[in-house]
Amino acid sequence: MDLTLHVWRQKGPEDKGYLATYKATDVSADMSFLEMLDVVNEGLIKQGIEPIAFDHDCREGICGTCSQVINGDAHGPQARTTVCQLHMRQFKDGDEIYIEPWRSRAFPIIRDLVVDRSAMDRLMQAGGYVSVSTGGVPDANAILIPKQDADTAMDAAECIGCGACVAACPNGSAMLFVAAKVGQLARLPQGRAEAAHRVCGMTEAMLKEGFGNCSNHYDCEAACPKGISVKFIAQLNREYALALPRLRKEEK
Amino acid sequence: MILDGKCPTGPLANKWDKHRQDLKLVNPANKRKYRVIVVGTGLAGASAAATLGELGYRVDAFCYQDSPRRAHSIAAQGGINAAKNYQNDGDSIFRLFFDTIKGGDFRAREANVYRLAQISNAIIDQCVAQGVPFARDYAGYLENRSFGGAQVSRTFFARGQTGQQLLLGAYQALSRQVAAGTVRIFPRTEMLDLVLVDGQAKGITVRDLVSGEIRCHAADAVILATGGYVNVFNLSTNAMGCSVTATWRAYKKGAFFANPCFTQIHPTCIPVTGDHQSKLTLMSESLRNDGRIWVPKKAGDERQPRDIPESERDYYLERKYPSFGNLAPRDIASRAAKEVCDAGFGVGPGRRGVYLDFGDAIARLGEDTIRARYGNLFDMYERITDENAYQQPMRIYPAPHYSMGGLWVDYNLQSNIEGLFVLGEANFSDHGANRLGASALMQGLADGYFIVPYTIADYLARTDPNQADTSHEAFRQSREEVTRQTEKLLAIGGSRTVGAFHRELGHIMWENVGMARSAASLKDALQAIPELREEFWQDVRIPGSGQQLNQELEKAGRVADFLEFGELLARDALHRGESCGGHFRVEHQTSDGEALRNDTDFAYVAAWQYQGEGRIPELHKETLTFENVELAVRSYK
Repeated sequence: MDLTLHVWRQKGPEDKGYLATYKATDVSADMSFLEMLDVVNEGLIKQGIEPIAFDHDCREGICGTCSQVINGDAHGPQARTTVCQLHMRQFKDGDEIYIEPWRSRAFPIIRDLVVDRSAMDRLMQAGGYVSVSTGGVPDANAILIPKQDADTAMDAAECIGCGACVAACPNGSAMLFVAAKVGQLARLPQGRAEAAHRVCGMTEAMLKEGFGNCSNHYDCEAACPKGISVKFIAQLNREYALALPRLRKEEK
Repeated sequence: MILDGKCPTGPLANKWDKHRQDLKLVNPANKRKYRVIVVGTGLAGASAAATLGELGYRVDAFCYQDSPRRAHSIAAQGGINAAKNYQNDGDSIFRLFFDTIKGGDFRAREANVYRLAQISNAIIDQCVAQGVPFARDYAGYLENRSFGGAQVSRTFFARGQTGQQLLLGAYQALSRQVAAGTVRIFPRTEMLDLVLVDGQAKGITVRDLVSGEIRCHAADAVILATGGYVNVFNLSTNAMGCSVTATWRAYKKGAFFANPCFTQIHPTCIPVTGDHQSKLTLMSESLRNDGRIWVPKKAGDERQPRDIPESERDYYLERKYPSFGNLAPRDIASRAAKEVCDAGFGVGPGRRGVYLDFGDAIARLGEDTIRARYGNLFDMYERITDENAYQQPMRIYPAPHYSMGGLWVDYNLQSNIEGLFVLGEANFSDHGANRLGASALMQGLADGYFIVPYTIADYLARTDPNQADTSHEAFRQSREEVTRQTEKLLAIGGSRTVGAFHRELGHIMWENVGMARSAASLKDALQAIPELREEFWQDVRIPGSGQQLNQELEKAGRVADFLEFGELLARDALHRGESCGGHFRVEHQTSDGEALRNDTDFAYVAAWQYQGEGRIPELHKETLTFENVELAVRSYK
């Protein structure tokens, strides 16, 4: 198939940026979206044009590096699919495809489709862990975790940290990302001890990093390649509401 | 030179305990005076950096990805082994040790592997304490599954994303240390040189991938945890950015490279569809718990798989290896797939594929059970191939997956360069000539959480802190060398893309140095690789400048190193005149096509020393002695 691509090009954070138009010809339905871009880039290099910069690494949908808005959708048209796992059979001959970077104030553009997501690392540093050091822990089967709890924790833990939830949200909110970690660890006895500090720490960090708030659009869940449920945002709010008075009491 | 792995003496089971008593300690107040560089933030690197930070050292951690959480350990699917014997099915530390030594075809050090098996249990405890959501049963106890090369169920798992969950556990421990101020993270930063001061590793030179700045970092010791090198085959299951660059540059500074020819070809990957292919996707080995592998008995059979009756199918693994069946080790399963396809029995486009069939398992257990066990893998398979594996068998074919070889290290995981420690897939130490499934995660975390924190202290306790800073002559020279190479690459201005060279190198390696190697094919490769390298340096085209994000420049540096490393890999494969594990020399096979090992002449680790550009590297040997297992023909029949 032959396609017309409109791709966001931007030399650096301060550059204005524009949509450039390129042709992609003889595209095979078996190609992944990124392989299609690889071929376009090889063509650009041969013409002496700098190739389109885009983030990608594992190309099997788990590392969370790839990050493109395709025709207005974070990760493109296929549900529960990262860009790297999106295949060209989702498109048809003659299609026009708009390719843009993640859009959010908290994710400044580095170049073309590459954005800086280090704000998400800082959210994790604000409490997205269990404070256990290496060694001196009990036997793994000494902590019994009912299957339902382990499964629910795993549903949340599947988050790949790609940031599609932020890119899809009209408010640029990171609440699904934070809720996934809070929800995983709050569900497990190992994470319960610090649950109040974790939810407050991560929530404050969200504000500081310039992420918006949730106003129940649910675009995050729709864009999430792992299908993380917004029910975890409800749990996040509940954890936060319970934690605040407790921490205030502790402060006294 | 005969190398010494410095394994402790005494009974196998006491070696590590005794050794830990002999290692020097750094007093808590002195730890903060030492700075340690950790390159790579996968399971080995992240666990090491976090643990060293917890102990009070100052740690600088580097990764080329935009976040440490994205290192390729994240893609490991199936599980992690441990000798817990929770299933009461006869497992023990000795059995895990024995399975791993045998699985590696008796080309690994006994003492290292035994220590690995001993530590395996503590890893599971640690990960559970961090909140890793391993699979549980209804009573709340941990579940296990089986993996290749073992007759017990000792593999712990978190759906099909075990690597992800373990890496996130380590990343979270690392994040905690960043918050505590003991660890600094340098993402989007690639190591391009190792810096030695007075023969000891004292720092690295890196390129900031965003600004293009080339700069040096000094420390009291350097840890490389930079993963494996099978992207030398171009198409592999590794991430696109995985490379040999960090270990190769260390090799060129004097670190020995051990057993580079020991590469693992994983049997269950999705077959290639065309020239545009950029990587190959693994379907977890855990699928072989319930899937049965077969090809039609008639070569070139065009019928749909469901139309081929039972009597006309060849379940070749079950036929050839009745006691292990579909759970034969990876090297054996891969070679068997290649054999049936070479003989014309393959299925799918180009007849390079075999069926992995869940029909029986679905009939026995129901589709829901299979979906609960492997749903994410079936979904991934369908996205890539457009085929529904609940209704028709998967098509799979072997693909390069893991490197058992790596930088040579002693029992302390220290290379022959003092102060340089190498962990995880980047070292050579534990898997011999073939790694068993679910053992890579175990090794990465054993090295990082539980071994290097002890052994690096012994080195640091014997050195004064802050001996070198980046104003030292050695750093200046290194920075200049790296800058020169970067400028040289950008100045070539040829006609071919980096990708084109990588594809051509991959083709040479796969055809000549792949699953079956002969003296003739290896000599062809040794001829072709330098020619291609020459052409690369004449004709590669890299647009843009070095003072910005330039992904073509990054790739070019990695491919330039693969073009040198591929030659060493082929040379090592040519010198090793035996078949063992993943290294199969067609000249050395039994009458029924099994690998024929030669323990008299090759029971050693081959460690290569760089001798300068255009010169043949020097081979050093570390003799492998087996006191606790009997060197036997590896049989899975």
